[in-house]
Amino acid sequence: MSVQTGERVRVMRSWEWARPVRPVRREVLSALPELEEGQPPLLFVPGFGHGAWAYAEHWLGHAAARGFPAYAVSLRGHGGSDPAPEANLRAYAHDVVQVAAGLPRQAVLVGHGAGALVVAHALARYPARAAVLVAPVLGGWATFGAALRRNPFGTVPAVFGGRLRLSRRQLFSRGLPDADARRYAARLGRAARRAQWQLLTGADPEPAVGRPSVLVLGSPDDRVVPSSALTRAARRYGSAPLLFPGMGHDLMLDARWQEPIDAILDWLVKNPTRDDRA
Amino acid sequence: MPTPTEHGRPDPETTTLAHSRDGRPVSDRGDTVCVIGAGASGLTAVKNLAEHGFGVDCYERETGIGGAWNWRHDRSPVYASTYLISSRPFTQFPDFPMPDDWPDYPHHSQLLSYFERYADHFDLRRHIWFGTEVVRVEPVADDRWDVTTRSTGGYGPERTSRYAAVVIANGHNWSPKLPRYEGLEQFRGEVMHASSYKDPAQLRGKRVLVVGAGNTGCDIAVEAAQQASRCWHSTRRGYWYAPKYVFGRPADQVNDTLLALRVPLRVRQWLYHRTLRLTVGDLTRFGLPKPDHRVYETHPIANSQLVYHVGHGAITPVPDIGRFHSHSVELADGRQIDPELVVFATGYLPRFEFLDAKILGDDEGAGRPRLWLNAFVPDHPTLAVAGLVQPDSGVFTLSHWQAVLFARLLRLRATRPDRAAAFAKRVRAGAGQRYSGQVKDSTRHWFEVGHADYLRALERALRNLEGK
Ligand SMILES: Cc1cc2nc3c(=O)[nH]c(=O)nc-3n(C[C@H](O)[C@H](O)[C@H](O)COP(=O)(O)OP(=O)(O)OC[C@H]3O[C@@H](n4cnc5c(N)ncnc54)[C@H](O)[C@@H]3O)c2cc1C
Ligand SMILES: NC(=O)c1ccc[n+]([C@@H]2O[C@H](COP(=O)([O-])OP(=O)(O)OC[C@H]3O[C@@H](n4cnc5c(N)ncnc54)[C@H](OP(=O)(O)O)[C@@H]3O)[C@@H](O)[C@H]2O)c1
Repeated sequence: MSVQTGERVRVMRSWEWARPVRPVRREVLSALPELEEGQPPLLFVPGFGHGAWAYAEHWLGHAAARGFPAYAVSLRGHGGSDPAPEANLRAYAHDVVQVAAGLPRQAVLVGHGAGALVVAHALARYPARAAVLVAPVLGGWATFGAALRRNPFGTVPAVFGGRLRLSRRQLFSRGLPDADARRYAARLGRAARRAQWQLLTGADPEPAVGRPSVLVLGSPDDRVVPSSALTRAARRYGSAPLLFPGMGHDLMLDARWQEPIDAILDWLVKNPTRDDRA
Repeated sequence: MPTPTEHGRPDPETTTLAHSRDGRPVSDRGDTVCVIGAGASGLTAVKNLAEHGFGVDCYERETGIGGAWNWRHDRSPVYASTYLISSRPFTQFPDFPMPDDWPDYPHHSQLLSYFERYADHFDLRRHIWFGTEVVRVEPVADDRWDVTTRSTGGYGPERTSRYAAVVIANGHNWSPKLPRYEGLEQFRGEVMHASSYKDPAQLRGKRVLVVGAGNTGCDIAVEAAQQASRCWHSTRRGYWYAPKYVFGRPADQVNDTLLALRVPLRVRQWLYHRTLRLTVGDLTRFGLPKPDHRVYETHPIANSQLVYHVGHGAITPVPDIGRFHSHSVELADGRQIDPELVVFATGYLPRFEFLDAKILGDDEGAGRPRLWLNAFVPDHPTLAVAGLVQPDSGVFTLSHWQAVLFARLLRLRATRPDRAAAFAKRVRAGAGQRYSGQVKDSTRHWFEVGHADYLRALERALRNLEGK
């Protein structure tokens, strides 16, 4: 399941070198296993509007309990990180790479929603040990079309720089108690205008460096990401998606949050390491 | 004895034994690649080879990683006050950035901690044999290599292992280049090369003559201006002393903005001259010689303080040295000065004693290899040199891509021999190519490259190799 390396490698990056991303203070939440068990660190990247808190609810603690050092970053302008109304996708990917490179060992990147697109960009700039794309929103007009059909009133304003509104019904299944759903929805923020716009028009991610294996998972009942998008995303990385029927878009917060995280951790335990594949 | 790290490599006794030409036993390391040196270039070679699926054995004669940047190493050329001259984006590895809250120009101790983190992050130490010096590298049949090591300092027996390929990453800034002068032996004052300069206390209260205006000479002259009782700075030509910041930004970032816009060299030179003239002004008013070349035709100096201290009169610029007397130094213009300490900041020369000079195309033994992309060796497809570049930016990005290119070449040798053969042809045809504009003839420019020209050439090589 290694990434296709059909695309061309980029060596020269004059613009990026000449215009480094503005540094900001980033919020990183973590849960660490009591005993170091030799598992790679996981870095969870939330989608637009979400902060590290979304993973801190269940997934961080659960991963740590299963022996994985687990970290979650809030992209700039989200959660407890510094505000960044001018942010673009490059700045978000920079945040992810900065935190990943600051971890003691080579990390697994896990991105949810548009955070999966941020991870896909980060993979071109950091040789992750592996990557997991959860209900990925990889952008482009197809994503837009789907969002428009399912949630026209939430989506249209975003095109004009307004906030992308996702309803509780899109994010969670009916299995989640209403009080929880309300509480989570109240915490949602918004991504920067330029980043939202780049979801539609931005360039495709460059090829990943370091040959990471990539797992794609999601729900066929996700009302943000249609199944076809899951299949497309998985195919891009040479695999098929793992599916969790009956769940909403926010798999890490929904009632049955434990199933997907267990599947991710099982996959990581089984996933052949690079040395074995050599 | 060598000090294997926790995991170490498998016991050579368990592998098939071959014999060297003179009958010594050789342990066969199969497809494993040997990397010589665990400085920045060696580390990135180990990381990228392992990432491409190769087994790697790295030999390092010191007891730690970091090469030049580990200033406790005897041969480290770095002194207490060394700060980067290339700003962070140009210095970090392209796939492992330095923390973005670090300063634009980090201190050498930060650089070492960065390399330590790189080694830990990618678990590189398990490939490295510390305290082990490579003493011989010899080609054998099938493009393989016999590498002979012994523990640093020459104790213990020699061991020879056979490798599928070798990366030489031994650095080229540790073996001092010392000029000869008439009368130097009679000189009663203290004489040292900058490689043994570590701390400004060595200058305190003395009358000091600093020779050479590379970045080392300029740094030491600036320290002498503040610590010594007198400082003369001798140069054999005039230079462009560029500040670390222009227009409120690190100077190299401004330069790369122009490169990104594909502004031609001549125009960039003109803009640079103009900027310097408008800010620091004409330096001949301080008695500094007028540069005999355009900017970028000598290795860039990034030092905002030299001119400042010259302006204070704390540094006296003087011409080249004519000769030494027992208590004085005679300058080229006939003037006599009386330093107590002479620091030769005259640079470094590469050394490859473990290898027959002809292999690197240095047929006259002048010490200057003839390679393609400063890395690839004609007729030796499984040998590469990493880090033998002196860019107008950081070295590490270049070393990284050299390692990636070599790793992909080695992989394609097995799967696509036609491509590997085409690459070998390009190596032969392109040996000795330069990747910079015109530069002044000096050993210090043997490996000078413009980072943009060089990286573009390397990018092309990578795409050609992979047929993309
Ligand atoms: C004062 C100073 C400041 C500099 N500042 C910058 C800067 O700002 N930016 C920049 O990019 N570059 C700078 N440089 C250039 C510097 O050379 C490179 O940054 C860098 O050190 C090159 O790394 P390397 O791994 O190629 O070589 P080195 O760091 O020299 O490492 C070579 C390693 O190989 C080992 N070795 C050598 N021979 C053998 C052998 N026979 N067997 C086993 N091991 C061996 C050595 O012990 C060493 O650890 C500076 C140089 C100097 C002198
Ligand atoms: N990060 C930092 O702060 C930093 C600090 C120091 C060094 N560095 C890097 O380390 C490398 C080595 O730098 P370096 O300054 O040690 O050496 P260098 O760049 O080779 O400079 C040597 C200087 O000595 C002069 N010189 C050489 N031989 C001479 C002779 N026989 N007579 C008179 N003058 C002579 C040279 O003059 P010519 O120009 O006429 O040859 C030049 O001015 C460079 O890549 C440099 O950028 C970085």
